[in-house]
Amino acid sequence: MDKKVQGEFVIGVFDDEEKLVKAGTLVKRDNFHIQDFFTPFPVHGLDELLDIKRSRLPFVTFVAGGMGLILALAFQVWTSAVDWPINVGGKPMLSIPAFIPITFELMVLCGALTTVAAFLFRAKLFPGQIPVTIDRRQLDDQFLIVIPSGEKNAELEKLLRDNGAVKVEKQMAGGRNE
Amino acid sequence: MSGKEHTSFLRRPLITKERTYGEITNDVLNSIEGGPTNTWYILFAIAVLTLIVGLVVVGYQLRTGIGVWGLNKTIGWSWDITNFVFWVGIGHAGTFISAILLLFRQKWRTSINRAAEAMTLIAVCCAGIYPVIHMGRPWLAHWVFPYPNTRAIWLNFRSPLLWDVFAISTYLTVSAVFWYIGLIPDFGTLRDRAVTPLRKKIYGMLSFGWDGSHRTWHRYEILCLILAGLAAPLVVSVHTIVSMDFATSVIPGWHTTIFPPYFVIGAVFSGFAMVSSLLIITRKAMKFEHFITVAHIEAMCKVIILTGMLVGFAYATEFFIAWYGGNEYERYTFINRATGPYAWAYWTMVSCNVIWPQLLWIKAIRTNLTLVFIITVIVNIGMWFERFVIITTSLHRDFLPSSWAMYSPTWVEICTFIGSFGLFFTLFLLFIRFLPAIAVSEVKSVYKFARNKDHN
Repeated sequence: MDKKVQGEFVIGVFDDEEKLVKAGTLVKRDNFHIQDFFTPFPVHGLDELLDIKRSRLPFVTFVAGGMGLILALAFQVWTSAVDWPINVGGKPMLSIPAFIPITFELMVLCGALTTVAAFLFRAKLFPGQIPVTIDRRQLDDQFLIVIPSGEKNAELEKLLRDNGAVKVEKQMAGGRNE
Repeated sequence: MSGKEHTSFLRRPLITKERTYGEITNDVLNSIEGGPTNTWYILFAIAVLTLIVGLVVVGYQLRTGIGVWGLNKTIGWSWDITNFVFWVGIGHAGTFISAILLLFRQKWRTSINRAAEAMTLIAVCCAGIYPVIHMGRPWLAHWVFPYPNTRAIWLNFRSPLLWDVFAISTYLTVSAVFWYIGLIPDFGTLRDRAVTPLRKKIYGMLSFGWDGSHRTWHRYEILCLILAGLAAPLVVSVHTIVSMDFATSVIPGWHTTIFPPYFVIGAVFSGFAMVSSLLIITRKAMKFEHFITVAHIEAMCKVIILTGMLVGFAYATEFFIAWYGGNEYERYTFINRATGPYAWAYWTMVSCNVIWPQLLWIKAIRTNLTLVFIITVIVNIGMWFERFVIITTSLHRDFLPSSWAMYSPTWVEICTFIGSFGLFFTLFLLFIRFLPAIAVSEVKSVYKFARNKDHN
């Protein structure tokens, strides 16, 4: 399922996230396509540069939570009132208010676990996955911008250097296909 | 990260020492990459020995039966359930810090959320032991889950004790998943720094191939917000449901509608006290003073004052309603709590939970970590007594005076409780030894808070 992006890439390495955002904005302004950024922590202001659409994870949560709610309530009603009704202290067989706590818990459980599973699936994260390691310090203190190599490489490299890149290099690895 | 740094005049930086991102990584991760210190070995040995005491005693009571406890016909719940509620309560601070403070955008949580949530998971595990032992036949513990069985009956979904099973197992699962999701980026950092192939392999597996791609970070941040949104009501629901174990009964002293909020606030109170006690020691031992600063402890002290006063308010309300409600049994139960044979426990609870924490109003006291440590330990003693008072004193004078009884724990119950502390500290020490006790990626993201830099 995992296809790495093929080709050569220009990698700009920065030591500060503000410089990365600034350089990224200029790169985007000059009509270069940015493949991805690699950062040690989430840097805000990069979504627009990659044209990322807002994630649909909340929708997954809503549907899974709703399923959990319906299943939990239906199961309690079925077992307590339909399949094997037992009189407990004269309470009604169909005691909906008493079923609410478990319904709530299972709604949250289903919502949370499904959302996490959807995240891991969509982000292609699983035990044994090979990471895209371009720089050994990309999760430490280096901030990377990855741009596909092209005819205007010289111009691009100058732009990155002028805007504070500590290192500009060419590599074959460049991230995963979306 | 070159250039001169300025700090704001209005706000204090969250990380007090001037650091580069690389230094932050080193500060947190060096401690787990190097070998443990002698102090760690000594503490670990003590914790494991205590745990062994607990295991032996649990084995003894499983073999003999729970008749070895000090319970009697009148007092059917006491020390065991007290300890269960005590530990579950402590388990409320971690997810409160990581979920509710995330939703409130409280940036200071980033230094403490990892350790606090580890403490939560461990405390919930400690709590889980007690109901299982209390079943008497723990090898049938799986009967609490609904599965088609040869006994041909389903569970009683109207029972609060069953709600508890679902509430606590859901809380444990969701908190554990949330915690692990937070750990993934740090495992990635550990993997990229690893020098031995074995370490690279282990952290590689644990990191799920995390590489810090912005496309993943974008989804990751949304995932964290969703999980926080789901975990926040969960924090409130767990102790609400624990309180319903009591509130839905007809025992005077238990049968009150104030219980859910009263229990939840008490749980946050005791949880924050436990987090403060633990972190005051951890920051010193791990040299995390510039991450977990006095300001962090101070912020937690403020939560302790607030929740402590709310707990005091709940005590007063309970008493007022017991009088105003006009029910003679209810009224007697409360007069008995304050003046009867367990009055010493009641007044220990009131002084530990309501009076001593008031000292934290004074800035000189809440910035003196030795005093804060002592006060937070006092709070936890008080909160233990709160559960003991609620459970035991409500039961010990039954409706018929001929059934009145007293309770005192046997050595078995005391050793089980000590053993649960052994489990708690064993797991906590393993945590700070093998996992990053501070969320490295999150701390880096708030480093620049209240700092500015010249870019030359």
